[in-house]
Amino acid sequence: MNLRPSTILVLVVSAILFVLSANSYGFALTLAAFFTLGIFSFLYKDNPMYKFCEAVFVGISAGYWFVSLYYQNLLAKLIDPLVADPVGSGAIPYYVVAILGIMMLMRLVPSIGWISRWPLSVIVGATAGLWFITYLQSNAMLQLQNTIMPIQEYAADGSLNWYQSIGNLTVMIGTITGVIYFFFSKEHKGAFGTSAKVGIWFLMITFGASFGYTVMSRMSLLIGRMDFLFGDWLQLIL
Amino acid sequence: MIIPAARPSPRLASACLTGLTVFLILIALSATSALAQEPPDTANQAPSITIAQTPPPSPATDVQAYDNPNDAGGAVHIEWTKSADDGGGLENVAQYAILRGTSPSGPFDTVGTNTPGTTEFTDGGTEDGVTYYYIVSTGSTVASPDGTTRTVWTQSEPSEPVQSSAQWFHTGRINSLLAVILLTTSILLFINRAKTGGKLFIRKIAGLEAIDEAVGRATEMGRKIFFIPGIEDMNNVQTIAGVTLLGRVSKMAAQYEAQIDVPVRRSLVMVAARETMKEAYLDAGRPDAFNEDTVHYLTDDQFGYAAGVDGMFVRQKPATVFYMGAFYAESLIMAETGNSIGAIQIAGTAMPAQLPFFVAACDFTLIGEELFAASAYLSKEPRQLGSLKGQDVGKFFILIFAILGIILATFEVYDLSTWFIVQ
Repeated sequence: MNLRPSTILVLVVSAILFVLSANSYGFALTLAAFFTLGIFSFLYKDNPMYKFCEAVFVGISAGYWFVSLYYQNLLAKLIDPLVADPVGSGAIPYYVVAILGIMMLMRLVPSIGWISRWPLSVIVGATAGLWFITYLQSNAMLQLQNTIMPIQEYAADGSLNWYQSIGNLTVMIGTITGVIYFFFSKEHKGAFGTSAKVGIWFLMITFGASFGYTVMSRMSLLIGRMDFLFGDWLQLIL
Repeated sequence: MIIPAARPSPRLASACLTGLTVFLILIALSATSALAQEPPDTANQAPSITIAQTPPPSPATDVQAYDNPNDAGGAVHIEWTKSADDGGGLENVAQYAILRGTSPSGPFDTVGTNTPGTTEFTDGGTEDGVTYYYIVSTGSTVASPDGTTRTVWTQSEPSEPVQSSAQWFHTGRINSLLAVILLTTSILLFINRAKTGGKLFIRKIAGLEAIDEAVGRATEMGRKIFFIPGIEDMNNVQTIAGVTLLGRVSKMAAQYEAQIDVPVRRSLVMVAARETMKEAYLDAGRPDAFNEDTVHYLTDDQFGYAAGVDGMFVRQKPATVFYMGAFYAESLIMAETGNSIGAIQIAGTAMPAQLPFFVAACDFTLIGEELFAASAYLSKEPRQLGSLKGQDVGKFFILIFAILGIILATFEVYDLSTWFIVQ
């Protein structure tokens, strides 16, 4: 077996780190730190350490999820209820689900693999139907209800509340032009096109704000990892 | 020597009698106090509660209980008229206790409490088909002679009998029903029109125009196309849209003899994607070129999946990457890696928090509903085209109602907005 120098380096560093960890907790910490640094090393470029960490991460997580899904779904939501009451009327839905699941596995037999399309159709159809109502209520009706507000707002003393009024107007224009942008039956030309352009500007400004907000939350994740490396592992932060 | 038995003196006997009397009075007072502080569990306790020297609060009146409307059963709604001492009179109501029993004469158990000023309560712990009676007990906090506080209760008359049950129809959602009818009718009409050869116009969608170019580029460069159908399962409508688009991309890849790779996070998506691709290759007249391993499962773990995809990107250096579906925090990790290797990237998602990252890191981005419109635009299939046009009718009505509602609200007429309240 030919080992490249970089691979040997990784193995040596790993061995040293493992030896340095004096007890099982220290070993676990060092292992976690090793994988953290291994994944971070991708920021430099693809390297053997990253490849190793990636393979372990993907492999272990796939195995973990297999076991987790077995206990949380197959066992808890199908086998256990059926074993508890195998002949009651309440068991019928479980049998339907079980049959659909078995039909899905038919794709393992090429000659009758077409049977697996039926449960897939049930899932896709049921999903589309269920989400139809959810989207209609949250994305259309609720949005519409919150858009309907007066253009001008008055303060308690009867004077015009400019701040609130401008806010209302912004929401109205943003919503209406946004809907116009997502209108597919008409070419974006003339006044309609201008409205659509205003709509996309509103969208982009929203994306900009969202970008900043999300980056900040990612920074907090990075800080969490740094805290682990320098605090929990190296004990440099007390 | 016999010692005569000592006789108690009259003074001592009197003192003992007084002590005994005081002791008994204290016990009686203590018992009354303890009784008053306990929650009013039965109707029969009411008379002993009102022994307190401080006047008890006036009772809540007109207690009405009825089956909680528009639910799946298991709940009774109770309403009452406030005590005369709540917000007036003695102003001494501290709380209301709601008690439930299966007979008008009791016993009654406390099922909940509510604050002064309230006149209703929903008991969500009933059994359907069982007859219940409710009483509302009005509580007032009073000071005891020993300095502690206690609550005295006054109970109302029991309500009429009530049973909970489930309802088939939610009357509060009639507006949703009307919207569904309007939308589905317009969709069906447009589908019918498309099927009978009617021409349905769909405007150009910028990102989609680039799909042909991107697949062609991969073919010319002899490099792979990666298609990421999001990280959600088949129960997400964005994944369905993504897999539909995969069909279109696969068909083109089959025609151009380009290589395509589809790593997935969910087993069901893998099955659906394989079926879609198989059909696409069949449509392109190249069923033999389809390899099932093109669609392969990585892991269910979000960041494990992202790490695996990143690794494949940097090692296989695809010419084109498609991200079509639902994404979360891994979106930027993957899109930035794809950008770093110089791939043409086309993304489409309806996840508002991830769209900014795709807009920043990809060449073209299908924003929100454009993802759903994309498959209709590309396939020109009557059902999809009709569906898209039908949705446009829905949007047209939304615009009309929004503008009309704003005008009315400006003149302080708010009735229109109540039409869209979602329950």
